[in-house]
Amino acid sequence: MRMLVIGLLASLAGCAGTGEERDPRDPFEPFNRGVYRFNDKFDEYLAQPVARTYRKAVHQEIRSRVGNFFANIQDLFIGVNNFLQGKVQDGVNDWARFAFNTSFGLLGIHDVASEWGLEKHNEDFGQTFGRWGVPPGPYLVLPFLSSSTVRDGVGTAIDYTASPASEIRPINLRNTLYGLYLVNTRAELLDASRLLEEAALDRYVFQRDAYLQRRRSLIYDGSPPREKLE
Amino acid sequence: MNKLIATILSCALLTAALAQDVAPDVLVKNVTQEVVGLIAKDKEIKAGNRTKLVEVIEAKVLPHFNFAAMTALAMGQNWGKANPEQKKQLTEEFKTLLVRTYASALAAYSEQKFDFRPLRAKPTDTDVTVNVRVLQPGAQAVTIDYSMEKTGSGWKVYDVMVGGVSLVANYRTEFSNTVRNSSIDGLIKELRAKNQGKK
Repeated sequence: MRMLVIGLLASLAGCAGTGEERDPRDPFEPFNRGVYRFNDKFDEYLAQPVARTYRKAVHQEIRSRVGNFFANIQDLFIGVNNFLQGKVQDGVNDWARFAFNTSFGLLGIHDVASEWGLEKHNEDFGQTFGRWGVPPGPYLVLPFLSSSTVRDGVGTAIDYTASPASEIRPINLRNTLYGLYLVNTRAELLDASRLLEEAALDRYVFQRDAYLQRRRSLIYDGSPPREKLE
Repeated sequence: MNKLIATILSCALLTAALAQDVAPDVLVKNVTQEVVGLIAKDKEIKAGNRTKLVEVIEAKVLPHFNFAAMTALAMGQNWGKANPEQKKQLTEEFKTLLVRTYASALAAYSEQKFDFRPLRAKPTDTDVTVNVRVLQPGAQAVTIDYSMEKTGSGWKVYDVMVGGVSLVANYRTEFSNTVRNSSIDGLIKELRAKNQGKK
């Protein structure tokens, strides 16, 4: 996965065209739209049918346990990122969540920490770089992973390699878990993607703008400096 | 008889006056709880009756939105170039699109808990943001921020931000692209086609 992202970033450097009226945030739009179409087909013919079957076959209760299990592993590095951003209290909170959920929550399948008032945060390396002042760079659509930017793409590569999940052996078990994670995540997003289809005139543009707004908001933990619409 | 009518009338006037005085955060809380309560009780809506859900939204939610302001913000500079008839049609089509989208979002609602945040504003403010958080286990809470403006007929919503994504801002690029590639009438046509399910 890491080599794929790096290779992609390198190949992009070569194809920055200057078309007319292109959005300055998205200089690779034609390339991105190509990947977007590929992702769309992959989603339509494989990911969505699998996710729908999974949602029908697996009870909501179990799906939410599966989600909790992976969310718990992520808390470890959410904490690391909070420390890297100087938010020590939040980082301690995340690690306490991990400790409680792993033990009392039976390897994370029960989110007992939330019930005890330890809130879940949303952090990753892309956000940490953003907090450090690294600009997002051009918008990117990554194969399978969809919306990203150069900064967030590098962040995602680190997220994957750093995650303790990547150390799980045997490899078959790790890959099975990755597969389960992806299917479960896609299943949880079925409603959101239908919403996107209903709301957007041009889904590519709508998703891109929503992603960029969302990331900006996340970097500032929900209260970015207000951009006044006039 | 006359006295009765007078009493009813004054009651109606009083309720109308009270509605104007409801604080924006209280208004959001009341409307949210009322709508969620209605949906929870309605078997037809739960079974997926979209028409009925849209009716509930039109009756309970729409009166608190300023769609002309939302459309103007989403149109940006192009709003000034539209004539009154185009403005009217744009507002109408955008409203329909937003209601449909809102109905979809509500249909996906499954008893998550709301956390209504206390309003941080001065009593003299006429432009405030009301924060609501939707709590869900195993994931970060989703924030919904309502930008509201005080008008002669009470507080009106002119933008909704979900998870930091402004709905109005998100339509800006789409709208300006369509106007640039075709025209304002082209955008009206495209919105209409979308609303009729042709796109």
